[in-house]
This record gives sequence, structure tokens and C-alpha cells, in this order.
Amino acid sequence: MASTKATASRGGGKRKAAAAPIKVSVEDLQSYYRDMLLIRRFEEKAGQMYGMGLIGGFCHLYIGQEAVVVGVQAAMGPLDTVLTSYRDHAHMLACGMDPKGVMAELTGRSGGYSKGKGGSMHMFSREERFFGGHGIVGAQVPLGTGFAFAHRYLEEDAVSITYLGDGALNQGQVYESFNMAALWSLPAVYVIENNKYGMGTSIERSSAKSTELYNRGQAYGIPGLQVDGMDVLAVREAAEKALGHARSGKGPFIMEMLTYRYRGHSMSDPAKYRSKEEVQKVRQERDPIERLRGIMIERKVMDEDRLKALDKEVKAIVSEAADFAQTSPEPDPSELYTDVYV
Amino acid sequence: MPIEVLMPALSPTMTEGKLAKWLKQEGDEVSSGDILAEIETDKATMEVEAVDEGVLGKIMVAEGTEEVPVNQVIAVLLEDGEDASAITVSAAPPPAPAAAPEAPAAEAPPAAAPVAAAPPMATPAAAEPEWTGATVTQTVREALRDAMAEEMRTDSRVFLMGEEVAEYQGAYKVSQGLLDEFGARRVVDTPITEHGFAGLGVGAAMYGLRPIVEFMTFNFAMQAIDQILNSAAKTHYMSGGQISSPMVFRGPNGAAARVAAQHSQCYASWYAHVPGLKVVSPYSAADAKGLLKSAIRDDNPVIFLENEILYGQSFDVPDSPDWTVPIGKARIARPGKDVTITAFSIMVGKALEAAETLAAEGIDAEVIDLRSLRPLDTETIIASVQKTNRLVNCEEGWGYAGIGSEVASVVMEQAFDWLDAPVKRVYGADVPMPYAANLEALALPQAHDIVAGAKEVCYRS
Repeated sequence: MASTKATASRGGGKRKAAAAPIKVSVEDLQSYYRDMLLIRRFEEKAGQMYGMGLIGGFCHLYIGQEAVVVGVQAAMGPLDTVLTSYRDHAHMLACGMDPKGVMAELTGRSGGYSKGKGGSMHMFSREERFFGGHGIVGAQVPLGTGFAFAHRYLEEDAVSITYLGDGALNQGQVYESFNMAALWSLPAVYVIENNKYGMGTSIERSSAKSTELYNRGQAYGIPGLQVDGMDVLAVREAAEKALGHARSGKGPFIMEMLTYRYRGHSMSDPAKYRSKEEVQKVRQERDPIERLRGIMIERKVMDEDRLKALDKEVKAIVSEAADFAQTSPEPDPSELYTDVYV
Repeated sequence: MPIEVLMPALSPTMTEGKLAKWLKQEGDEVSSGDILAEIETDKATMEVEAVDEGVLGKIMVAEGTEEVPVNQVIAVLLEDGEDASAITVSAAPPPAPAAAPEAPAAEAPPAAAPVAAAPPMATPAAAEPEWTGATVTQTVREALRDAMAEEMRTDSRVFLMGEEVAEYQGAYKVSQGLLDEFGARRVVDTPITEHGFAGLGVGAAMYGLRPIVEFMTFNFAMQAIDQILNSAAKTHYMSGGQISSPMVFRGPNGAAARVAAQHSQCYASWYAHVPGLKVVSPYSAADAKGLLKSAIRDDNPVIFLENEILYGQSFDVPDSPDWTVPIGKARIARPGKDVTITAFSIMVGKALEAAETLAAEGIDAEVIDLRSLRPLDTETIIASVQKTNRLVNCEEGWGYAGIGSEVASVVMEQAFDWLDAPVKRVYGADVPMPYAANLEALALPQAHDIVAGAKEVCYRS
């Protein structure tokens, strides 16, 4: 069984290593690996298609951060809801949304989740309980808090999970939300995906106490955990704790995921604000997929043949999505004026 | 000299109130700061404190008296050595509030008073023409409360949130009694955090609840406009029709009285600009109730623009919880044949007043209460212009890119050949709202401006 290397801190207390071994099944390990791989291959394909002019506008890739969504998803209950910002493709895939529908939205086709009207940053699925995909930095945080409010109002066994980046964390509305969530003990979990850069500005240049973002709820009494966001098992373990806290009526919880994006902020970002060496170092030493692969081989959970077969399977899914996204027709011109009002 | 104690104004818009209770009796000694009496208005209860020392010589207004005008003498204090025979003041209120400059928040002199002097109550709007059942006389404030209460009774998903809506009973007492009936789960006091609670409301609506988000005034909604536009208005389209935001953003809009620029702005054209929003702005209590019920039932985000000065005005309201006013339908408030005047919210009262003045001069004006600004009932406007061939449109807000500009464009596009004169716009001065009473009155469009506009398009001097 694998063990987590998460460093954990709680509500402003001292950091301490939580190194107790966690139980995980072979099936779970394989499933996390597959899910992370699917996200990476999907995003690589999206990057390619963007380069070919098939995807327009903004396109924010998640490559490098895969362990975060996959680990959190693994800890979620069936009624829990998810909201995030615009770096959202991975969240949708992790929630179980169809890669074809996601990719077709990227290409602006009628087969996309928003019928081609939303694009990369704006997709939703009521069935999979994924509620966007929101384009304004930080705006998803009050919205997600509203979902928590609704879960409580309707007396559901559900937690609202809201993802936000380290950059969004400096928006005022985030703290307005923290205040209300704590004041009313709402079942909300906030997942800060700290990939170290808000577009081109490093966390050190934008945020006071940048090494302690998990503490940003301290003034409201919201407990926080700092987690190795490159380790899917550590993420899962922390998420179980956070979700359990919120689900039991104790109010909101904040998790800071230390992670890294390998690509630029968006496709048009040359990423001159950091060195190639910095990116290479993370890829070599902390890559979440390689890390899990290593564990599985070491523990003989999977052999190279099985891994190769899995790679092939994932590639096929992505390839099918890419084909669909190019053959699905553009929205009918009559769609211009639909869906403005209910 | 005996000292007169005057009926105080609790707010810039208060004109009268009830003397609920005397806490001091005739002959009692009074020190500065002592509470003399309690007074009530339809939105608040306040204590009257003594400013001077002396003996309460005579109570001029008995407790329980209603509709006591602001600045009426309610009691007389005697100084040392004086006796009640020194009292010679009459109980009649001073002719103009300006005669009592020390009275707190006195109304502006009638000549310049933008609102207090106008008698919109003198022309109460009739109920919807199709309504033939019983009516009750209600203030706009009561009608809004009843609309919310009725909808909350029939739909458990409807809840009210905002600053001071619950325990305080509403900053303007619109939500009076709702906490008692529905409890804190459904009548939610928020912190002062407009951006946050507006966004929270949108999230709750996206999930399936039907929030009524109250802004203490729409001036403060500017803190939240990103959530209103980018989250509530656009998400239905951006989700390909999957996610809707069935909710109401409501609160007072436009100028109140003497609260200056940051608290006196009309946002009608701001919100009416945005596809995905519906925008309504009623004048009468009947429309306030009927439209608010429709707004709560609507599956889209609705901006519901109220007016503080109208809250206390009374109108006939159909006496039925089933009665609603459709969004998108204007109302002909006064039929006429010579000139069309369009208005919304408080300007409807001024337009009706102007129409009476014009009638005396032989001009028969048709007044249209737009009620809905998005969608706009262009059909009713066009039909009226085709009849009168002349249009004056009025709004309290700025003219630049205003509702009147839109109305003028629509008429030019759809009824150009029917016009016998260029469209005339009447609107607020293109300045931040000044505080000084005389400047404020100049900044706000008045009935006489509408009269002048109507004469201009009728080529009459």
C-alpha cells in the first residue's frame, strides 16, 4: 500500500507530516492513473488542436495538476457538486463528463456541452453535478458558496466543492464568501489550486504570506490544510478529511494544493516569467502521473504491458473525442437567439 | 419663552407619522436627552428625545394620533418660572418646513421640493382594467411584502436574503413580518457584503432555489454587478440552456431625497442594456405586487427597481393572491389623444400631474406607464404614437444612453411617418446628484418640465 507524503496543517497550527499509511485498492490506483492520464492526453490534444486553429479564444490547460481533481473526486459523495474557474477541462473529465462533448465545446460545435455557445471556460452538466466553468477570476467562489447554501436549505447530504487558483485567492469576494460560509456553517470545501503563478505573476509577488495560503480562512475560523497536490493519494486523504468535516455540519474547510502547471497560463502565454529548468525540474521530480506509475510498478500492481494497454485505451478515447469535435456540425445559425431567456 | 417641541422627521422622505406614546406627562421635569415620546411611521419606530431642559407644560397632540405632519408642534416645554399660561402657540403646523430650520432633516421648501410637494397620491392609479373583483387600499411597501409572502407560501424554494431584511424588518420596512412567518431559514440577514451575497444567491438559484436578493438600495448593487451580469444574466446562454438563474434582485432605485450623488442614481438603463435580464420598475402598489409575483415566478433573473419615495404611497390593489401583472406589458395610466407621455416608476406620478395641467390648457395627454423596461412593450407605445402623433418620454435618470433614448429610437424606427414633431426627452440633469435642496430640485425632472415638453411637441407656447 502506498503512503502519503502530505504535509498537513490545520487552522493556523504548526505544520506536521501526516505519514500514516493509507489504504487504497488496486482498482483505485488503476482508476486514478487512468483518470490522470486521460486528462493529460486530452489536454495535450487540445493544445495541438489549438495550434491547428481548431480551438479559438482562450484555452487554459491543466497539464501537471492532474492529481488535484482526481484525488478530490475520489473522496466525493454522490450528491456533492463541483464548481471551478476557467481552467476547467480536467474537472469535467474527472466528474465523468464525456470527453467528446468537452472537446466539441472547445471547437465550438453543436455537440459540445454548451452547444458551442460557451467554449473552453463555460461548460456544465447537471447529470454529473458539475456547475461550471466560470470565466471571471474568483466569481465562482460566491457561486459555490450559494450551492452550499442550497444543499443546506434543501437538507441534502451534499457538499459544495469550489476550486480556485492562487491568483483568485486575492479577490475580495473570496473572503466575503469565507465569512458567510463560516457564519452559517455551510457545507463548503474550497480547494486552492496553488500552481505558483497567477498568469505571469508568481505567488511571491502577488500574495502576502504566500507559503501559507491554507491559512487564509484563519480569521473566520475555517480550518485549512496544505497538501502535496502532485500526489493523488495525499490529495484523496486530505479531501476525505475536508469533505467529512463539511458533511458533518462543522462548516467550511480550505485545502491548499501545492501543484504546478507545465504549460503557460493560456495557449498564448510564452511563459517567459519562469525558467525552462524550473519546469523541467518539477516534471522530473514531482510529476503526478510518473509518480503513481512508479508506485504501481514498484508494488507490482501493474506491469509495463498493462500500462501500455491503458495508454492505448486512453489515446483512443482522446482520438475519438478529437474526431467528434471536428465532425460535429457548427451550431445552426438559429441558435444565435436561443437560450437567452428560459 | 416656552419651547416648542416639533414632530421630527425620521428620514428625508418622511412627511407624517403617528404619535404612538407619551413617556413624559404634563408637569414632568425634563432634562436634555430624556425620551419624551415614541413616534411611528410605516417603516420605523423612533424615540423623541428632549433637546432642552424644562417642565413639560402642555401636550398638544394626544398619544395614538395618526398622520401628524412633520414639524407640527406636539408639546411645549416651560422654562424655570414659566407657567402654562405662557403657552400661546397654536397646534397648527407651520406653513412651510423652512420656518423651522432646526428640525432634523426638514423637507425642502415646497417651491423647490422635488417630491414632497408633488401630490402623486392625488391621482391614485386604477387597478388593472381587467380586474373586476374587490380591491384593498395598500401602500407600495405593503404590496411588495404581500407579494413576497404569498409567493413564499406557495413555493418553498423562494427565500429572501439581504441586509436587515429579517430581524430589523427591512431597512425600509418592506419585509416587515416575514421573519415571524417564515423563520430565519427563509428570511436571511446577510452581512454587508453585496458582491458576496449576490453571488451566493446566484449560485443557489443555479442549483434550483428561487432567491429574492434585496439590495438596501441599487446604488450598492454596483458592488455586485459582475455577479448579476456575468453569472446570473449570461449563464443560461453560455450553458446552452442547461443552467438558469430564477431569481429577483430588488430594492429601491433612483433618487430618494437629499442623500446626494452616491445614493441617488437611476440604474434602469444599465440593467435594461443586458440580454438575459428582465427589468421592471413599477409605479403603483398594484403593479408593484402583481409584477413582483410575476418576477418571483419567472425562470429568469429579474431586476426589480423600486422607489423609496413611492413606498409610503397608497393605491388600490386587487384583493387576490392569484392576481399578477405580466412582465413586458405597459399600462395606459391615462388615455388621451393629443400627445403620448411615457414614464416609469416615480415619473408616472409626475406625468399624471403634468397631464392634468395640460388638460386645463386643452391638451389631452395619454400617459403610458412602461412598467417593464426589458422587455419593453413597444406595441403599446407605437399604437399610442400612431394615435397622438407626438411623444414625450420621461425618466428620472440621466438622458445619455437612457431609457428615453431607446424609446425614441424605437418610435423613430417603427413610427417615423406617424410623428408630427421630433420626440422630446425629459430626464435628469447630466450631473452627479447635488445635496443642496434647490440644486437637487433642479437636477430632477419635474412635472412642469413634462408640461413644457408636451407643449413643445404640440407646437404650443
